[in-house]
Amino acid sequence: MFKNKLVYIGWVIVILFGLGALLAPWISPYDPYELRLSEQLIPPSSKHLLGQDANGSDIFSRLLYGARISLTVGLLVVFLSGTIGITIGLISGYYGGVIDTGLMRVVDILLAFPGLLLAIALVAVLGPSVFNVMIALTVLGWVSFTRLVRGQVLSIKERDYILAAKTSGQSDFRIMFVHILPNVLSPVIVQATFSVAGVIIAESSLSFLGLGVSPGTPSWGAMLSEGKQVLLDAPHVSIFPGLAIMLVVLAFNFIGDGLRDRFDPKTEKS
Amino acid sequence: MPAYILRRFLLLFFVLFGVVTLVFFLIHMIPGDPVDIMLGDHAALADKQILRHNLGLDQPLYKQYFNYLGGIIQFDLGISIHSKKPILKEIFERFPASAELMAGAMIIALMIAFPLGIISALRPYGLLDGTSMLVSFLGVAIPNFWLGPLLILLFSIQLDLLPVNERGTLAHLILPSITLGTAMAAMLSRMIRASLLEVLGEDYVKNARAKGLHERKVILKHALRNALIPVITIIGLQVGVLLSGAIITEAIFDWPGLGTLLLDGIYSRNYPLVQGCILFIAFIYVMVNLITDIAYVWADPRVRML
Repeated sequence: MFKNKLVYIGWVIVILFGLGALLAPWISPYDPYELRLSEQLIPPSSKHLLGQDANGSDIFSRLLYGARISLTVGLLVVFLSGTIGITIGLISGYYGGVIDTGLMRVVDILLAFPGLLLAIALVAVLGPSVFNVMIALTVLGWVSFTRLVRGQVLSIKERDYILAAKTSGQSDFRIMFVHILPNVLSPVIVQATFSVAGVIIAESSLSFLGLGVSPGTPSWGAMLSEGKQVLLDAPHVSIFPGLAIMLVVLAFNFIGDGLRDRFDPKTEKS
Repeated sequence: MPAYILRRFLLLFFVLFGVVTLVFFLIHMIPGDPVDIMLGDHAALADKQILRHNLGLDQPLYKQYFNYLGGIIQFDLGISIHSKKPILKEIFERFPASAELMAGAMIIALMIAFPLGIISALRPYGLLDGTSMLVSFLGVAIPNFWLGPLLILLFSIQLDLLPVNERGTLAHLILPSITLGTAMAAMLSRMIRASLLEVLGEDYVKNARAKGLHERKVILKHALRNALIPVITIIGLQVGVLLSGAIITEAIFDWPGLGTLLLDGIYSRNYPLVQGCILFIAFIYVMVNLITDIAYVWADPRVRML
């Protein structure tokens, strides 16, 4: 029961932020890039709900536009890395042998970089921009999908219905994508939900480090980095973007947790 | 067991070789002339020539690659551009600070995770379990680059209890350690709970209870020890999270560790240094994973037999 409520809370938060991102140009009270240097670091007021930052820009408006970046990067990167990762995982698990060994060694090498390190290296090489952040996080992200799918494929491909499909002369491609894929999809969906949360944190981390979006872009991570410079005088600049990241990440984790319980009733008991 | 360890070492060498190769070609993919990037457009031609020669950039790429490999075998990662010091020396100057931070974070994480995990497992679905679940959800979701500033606001600015920024006394270590350790504590407490719950249903635990052992002894000696086996792996994997989380935490607190060294290298386009730092961090991570795997095999006699 308790967990069910968390799932609903998760959906409500995601939908609210999604609407905010979608409708940002119409509902944001100010231009997020507007400079008002005479109104620097003014705390929340009736005119500016969440206050103004070091440039006098409206923080609420910047948060709404930041949601666009976070959600777009989160969803797009997970879609791309998921597609790549699932395909490679299917191929690796289904064919086995040299192909599998080769692909798994590539995976081993990529897994030797802890967490964000490879993404930091990639963005350092490619240069900071939203597009390059997405490339870096996709390079980082496909591996976990591949490992998950490959493991599932290894057990499924021995089943009788796969053998039946083979003997009836169906192509490998058809067997992989029509017969195997639907049966590995539920853990993949769970993984994807958690990944969206992970990618959103990763994007903000890179932007916080100055390796993400270009300066001035209203990304939550970049806003936190600006907030850190003025932490003493204007804590409100730091509070709200962080709260936004936490809420969205929390929401995706709630949803992922709920999906996992639903797809795999065993985990609910433990 | 020896065959397993041998296989593990072979894989280790392959992975390290792959990592070095990947990082080398990645860094050398950077568009533009690295010498121009590093010295700026207005540097004298002679200076550029000298730097280019010193970095070996006037040689063909494959030669540079083999030189680099040869250097690594002799523990030579090259020379840092700005400080002119050997890169490995700079890394070793900074590494203790990072190790200190990670140890602090690990201690904080274990101190929070064990009580929380055990209490949750003993009274599953109770009020405490629910609370600890929420706390761990929060712990994972709070980005450490937000938690850090919040802690500074509360403990350094409002309450004026703890110092902020830079390294020094034990007090300096507290806030960065909490910042870095929270996510790990959250993850770990859930793992300990799940693992302990599973073990508590086993026959040997029932048996220990049936023969009248004190409940504390049942939990601590019979259940917890067995529940710890999967937790070892998680702790090992979490070191990777600490290693990359340390980069951000160091940036928040101006902590003079490897992370800030790497970031300074990136900001100042000191690419040999960036290359060295990335390799070093990956190397540490790979070694920790190896040790974790071996510890796992050692801790679980059932696996040891294989």
